[in-house]
Amino acid sequence: MIEWLFALTIGLLAAAGLYLVLGRDLVAVVVGLLLVAAAGNLFVFGAGRITRRGAPLVADGATVLSPDAGNPLTQALVLTAIVIGFALACFAFSLVLRLRSLGAGPDGDQYEFAEPRPDADGEPGDPT
Amino acid sequence: MNAWSVLPLLVPLITTLACLALRDRPGAQRWASFTGAVLFLAVAGTLAVGTAKGVVYETRLGDWPEPFAIRLRIDALGAALLAVSGVVLVAVLLVPGRGESATASSPLLLPLVHGLMVGVGGAFSTADLFNLYVWFEVMLICALGLIALGRERRHLDAALRYLVLNSLGAVLLLCAVGGIYGISGSLDFGAAATGLGGSESASPAATALVALALLALLIKSAAFPFGAWLPAAYPVLPTPILALFAGLLTKVGAYAVLRLVAEIAPAAAAPLLEPLGWIAAATMLTGVLGAAYHQDLRRILSFHVISQIGYILLAISLGTRAAIAAALVYTIHHILVKANLFLISGLIRRSGGSFDLRHLGGLASRPALAFVFAIPAASLIGLPLTSGFWAKLTVVKLCFAEGRYVFGIVALLVGGLTLYSMTKVWIEAFWKEPPEPVYPRRLPAAAWWSTYSLAAITLVLGIHPEPLLEFAALAARLGPLELP
Repeated sequence: MIEWLFALTIGLLAAAGLYLVLGRDLVAVVVGLLLVAAAGNLFVFGAGRITRRGAPLVADGATVLSPDAGNPLTQALVLTAIVIGFALACFAFSLVLRLRSLGAGPDGDQYEFAEPRPDADGEPGDPT
Repeated sequence: MNAWSVLPLLVPLITTLACLALRDRPGAQRWASFTGAVLFLAVAGTLAVGTAKGVVYETRLGDWPEPFAIRLRIDALGAALLAVSGVVLVAVLLVPGRGESATASSPLLLPLVHGLMVGVGGAFSTADLFNLYVWFEVMLICALGLIALGRERRHLDAALRYLVLNSLGAVLLLCAVGGIYGISGSLDFGAAATGLGGSESASPAATALVALALLALLIKSAAFPFGAWLPAAYPVLPTPILALFAGLLTKVGAYAVLRLVAEIAPAAAAPLLEPLGWIAAATMLTGVLGAAYHQDLRRILSFHVISQIGYILLAISLGTRAAIAAALVYTIHHILVKANLFLISGLIRRSGGSFDLRHLGGLASRPALAFVFAIPAASLIGLPLTSGFWAKLTVVKLCFAEGRYVFGIVALLVGGLTLYSMTKVWIEAFWKEPPEPVYPRRLPAAAWWSTYSLAAITLVLGIHPEPLLEFAALAARLGPLELP
């Protein structure tokens, strides 16, 4: 039961995130990236068993973790990925803010700063 | 022996910190940076010579016992690519890019360049999937920093385009790595390969995860249809940095595809090789068509990066040991040639005043420049006596030997279109009467050294290719698994 709910949540998060990323509003695009990253993190988290019994500690005398405890390694992976994802999102937000403060509009589709629009006759535009 | 495998990581890391500490003293920073680059090349060269004798450099980090440790493992494949990266790094740092944009004179330029090399060095030396993901992220953030360093709107726009697709790719890679761990119980290349069922059989779930990883890596290596970010983002960089990006970044993605398909999950990837081949063919074609359309040298060459990645992926998709060797030869050839062409495009701009072919002309009056352009251009096309001839010949020959006639014909056709594109550059920039009067400027001596050395390597590999081909055959013997 919980597995299905978990899987569905990941799917919904990823779908919502992708929907936002495909949009034109750049702030929403970055929020979408955050959602997709969250879905990815949950996916990795799920690879290490979903359970609520037992602490991830190897019992006295045993050599491996008991199967009713969550795998701490995937949690460590997720922790690293969260840090990286947040740093990238902050960078992306600051890029968007800086672009806006330099007079760029909110609609990313209209940007022609990096790639000049082709001339009217179809020839490539003059480089910036 | 152990210490050697840490050095490709440690040298650029220390250089990064030194460059960061010296950011207020440009002269000292340049020296630290160049010393670090030469050291990196020396380390990588030593590793390559060692691996050619059959040594594999391996370390378990923290000296943890076998299943728990993160391993660094440099075999002939990794060492060869490290060595070529070192050559490109030194060549790129020799060429001053000042005057093209604010990026080139920023005190943060060199720390970010060496930070990028930390990621490249890490990716080529690690034997751990999650570790590989982290090195991709290190490269991504340093690359973003370098793109955004120019601070104008075009740089920020380019950085954003680069960021969105590449961070989606990073999330996909993370998911695939987590899933592969979930199935195989290990992140180590060797142990994960065993856990995924070795080379005999693979579950559909394993194939799905490998497909996810391939998708992520195809985004990172700018394959069709995910390549749009590359020609959008690269041209805002000053040409020396652009040469570094074009030489190394997408090739790390192709390298990871190679590891995945040939070493980590040969069985799980087997059903994916056919679609990979078609993607490779589409990448080659769309790349070269983009190059044929554009007039800005930087965009033409950026589209050729995509087209050439197609050749490497095509070789990988054939899935035999000889094809893996061909992919390595192609990658080495391509890194040197592509970096050199971008460096030369910077020299063309300095002498002709523009990157746009419509504003260039008459550069044939500078024979030294024309000569040094002709060598890598001929190599990109695949003319005899250059490294590109052998690289293309082996790939095309393998396509026909494997009965993949369509792929072989596409590869030949793309070679023809590359010829067209390079002829266009030659006629427009070198033969045509200059549309505006140009006042020739002296080009820096270091830039001549750098471009002529890279061109010389291309020629040497073209005239005497046996050592490289033999080395690649050795390097294609990856890991414990057997390929057909």
